[in-house]
Amino acid sequence: MNYLFSRILATLPVMAVVACFVFLLIHLSPGDPAALIAGDMATVEDIEKLRASLGLDQPLWQQFGLWAARLAQGDLGVSIFTHVPVTQLLAQRIGPTASIALLTMAMALVVAIPLGVLAAHNAGTWIDRLVMLFAVLAFSVPVFLIGYLLIYSFAIQLQWFPVQGYVPLSEGVGPWLRSLVLPCVNLALVYIALITRMTRATVLEVLHEDYIRTARAKGLSLLPVLGHALRNAAVPIATTVGVGIALLIGGVVVTETVFAIPGIGRLVIDSVQRHDYPVIQSVLLLSAGVYVLINLLIDLSYTLFDPRIRY
Amino acid sequence: MTSLSRSKHLASAPGLLLACALACSSASAQTPAPKTLRLVPHADVKVLDPTFTIAYITRNFGYMVYDTLFGFDAQGVPQPQMVEKYSKSADGKTWTFTLRAGLKFSDGSPVTSADCVASMQRWATRDNTGKALTAAGGEWKAVDARTFTLTLKEPFGLVLDGLAKASSYTAFILPERLARLPTSAPIQEVLGSGPFVFKRDEWVPGSKVVFAKSPTYVGRTEAPSGFAGNKTAYMDRVEWLILPDANSAAAALRAGEVDVLEEVPPDNIAPLMTDPSVRIVRRGFSQGYMALNQAQPPFNNMALRQAVMMAVNQERFTAAMGYPVNLRMPYCATLFICGSANDTAAGAERYQPRDLNKARQMVKDSGYKGEKVVVLVPTDIAYLNGAALIAAQTLKSIGLNVDAQSMDWSSIVSRRAKKDPVDNGGWSTYVTSAGEFDLNSPINNTNLGAACGNTLPGWPCDEQLDKLRVAWIQQTEPAARRAALEAFQRRAYEALPYIPVGQFSPAYAVRTSVKHSDRLWSTPNVWVLDK
Repeated sequence: MNYLFSRILATLPVMAVVACFVFLLIHLSPGDPAALIAGDMATVEDIEKLRASLGLDQPLWQQFGLWAARLAQGDLGVSIFTHVPVTQLLAQRIGPTASIALLTMAMALVVAIPLGVLAAHNAGTWIDRLVMLFAVLAFSVPVFLIGYLLIYSFAIQLQWFPVQGYVPLSEGVGPWLRSLVLPCVNLALVYIALITRMTRATVLEVLHEDYIRTARAKGLSLLPVLGHALRNAAVPIATTVGVGIALLIGGVVVTETVFAIPGIGRLVIDSVQRHDYPVIQSVLLLSAGVYVLINLLIDLSYTLFDPRIRY
Repeated sequence: MTSLSRSKHLASAPGLLLACALACSSASAQTPAPKTLRLVPHADVKVLDPTFTIAYITRNFGYMVYDTLFGFDAQGVPQPQMVEKYSKSADGKTWTFTLRAGLKFSDGSPVTSADCVASMQRWATRDNTGKALTAAGGEWKAVDARTFTLTLKEPFGLVLDGLAKASSYTAFILPERLARLPTSAPIQEVLGSGPFVFKRDEWVPGSKVVFAKSPTYVGRTEAPSGFAGNKTAYMDRVEWLILPDANSAAAALRAGEVDVLEEVPPDNIAPLMTDPSVRIVRRGFSQGYMALNQAQPPFNNMALRQAVMMAVNQERFTAAMGYPVNLRMPYCATLFICGSANDTAAGAERYQPRDLNKARQMVKDSGYKGEKVVVLVPTDIAYLNGAALIAAQTLKSIGLNVDAQSMDWSSIVSRRAKKDPVDNGGWSTYVTSAGEFDLNSPINNTNLGAACGNTLPGWPCDEQLDKLRVAWIQQTEPAARRAALEAFQRRAYEALPYIPVGQFSPAYAVRTSVKHSDRLWSTPNVWVLDK
């Protein structure tokens, strides 16, 4: 409990540093949202007035202070362009991204771990080679290309799934799942490849341990032995899964674009393209928070897999 | 349950889940739904105030929710829209307008002449025609709830054209309390008297914009034509779906998930033409042009701009944009849209036939000293990328010292505002395009219509052109106006505020299940569509 508390406490300075870095990075990068909003025909005076009305004419430290003070009160501000509160924008976008992330990782785990164990158990055989070939392919082919192939095959030709869009869970599990199958399969392939390779490597290592040979020599059947092996190989796999989830936050952008899913990834891209400072800052902070949280959860999960680990 | 049957059951679980998913979705499709048109717009709408920005998508948004006093019909003739009747005094200096009875904003409040006067006053501070109207002494005044006047110190030949204006800064009618807000920031509230109501509660910025048929809209009795006539919508709902990936948008159209693509990327036009469920509809006309920075060397040199014009092969530009042959012209002489009422070749003949050797000689004669020419090349807009590369190649071919710099479009938008020399982050040229309503006259044309002192990228300024524009505006007789137009274009081809690089037609792609797609105009007048 103390460990948990201290870890949570330790996130505060991390988030503060991230907040400063994100603010400076965004505000020092070239581009002027006022000029973008005002358009080509705007006069210099128009742009200056607009900049003043947005508070962008104030010194940087003052803008940062204002933003930090609001942030401390849980106010993320409003989008410079749409004037929609950032919390509302995040609330609209977090559902699709969380759905994709969770379903993708669930798919990846369900497929990758058995595949990795299968490959490790049959190391050197055609089964192993086939699994590894699949992993290399899934890793190498660009996500957008797989996305287009999935759309062409399963949405246009077979018409099993929609080409684009996201249906919220509130409209029914069926439509929700149907809208997520293709984007999640698209995204999961990379993670299946990653986790399969990691599972294969770690399980293969464990299978050569003395205690496994002993267990087999004593007549223990294959499945329980593999179960033991998998548990002992779980720590690096959990790390890979954790890193995968963290990477997924960034990696989801392409999938969200190809399948027109209104998620966090697209929000970031749109906001960066138009220099919508409050939105970019909030999304990046949120992402950093998710990273920190996932790291914490991974660390805690080690104690489940290996009782020798104690904090 | 045996282990075998359990495993069988588990193996079939994903299948069951999928079956459920499909069944549930087909069940939901059977429930009665409002008649909905799903359109993929050319861009995401970010600013909701069409009186604030020239962004086409905001103008299109305006046409959904606001109405205008006059509207151009499909033949380009201004027709009364919100106005029931109007009259002009014998000296042409006093115009009287009467609104149709029963016009209402979507909150149920009546549209009055006070709303119109305030809206026109706001419009006149933004729009070129509105500014010219003010310069002619134009004053708007409410007479009673439905009648208002425009008084001028001198006759002005473009009153109806201005009020019907279909390009950016359209003369939309807002409630007076909104129209009186400062023009320094966009208006956030959306309240119009147009055919649709904006559903803010369903708006997902960057993903979906929803409109519902306005229950308070009062249509005209005349058949719809362009932006004129009856705008009463056939559809209960219109959804703008923002699909950032062009290939996915085309696939969604083919799969029937969307009904209309407002702007088909050139590369997708030919494949979609082969799909029997899709119809390609010409969406008016556009022209590409090279914007030139005339505040810095080398393009502050008019003779050098003329040398570039001599080298431009329009067909190469429009081909590089990717438009099929039937949607592009090999050559268009006018700066005011080929095929329009203002089509003229005056002044263009000096650059025909195109001659590269002559262009190279003109470069030498211009006194060009080898200054760096920075070409901004957009990486995220395919058709402009192709055209920008042709621009760079053309400039190189006549001996200019070209530095092509690639960046995304939003970086170009930021960069083009810089007046600095190229070595300090400035620029020399980039390629962009404009639609017919932003090109089709000496005042509507974005670059030719703005007088010296404007803040357009490139800062074009030619005092002689300013005088000729005023002369054209002041002409009220057709023959004299035509002569003034030709004189204006002749000077424009001499001063070259920009270099035209060819005319093409963007295209809609519409599902054949959508009715009346032949009535679509160059800006999506979706009220004409039915399913």
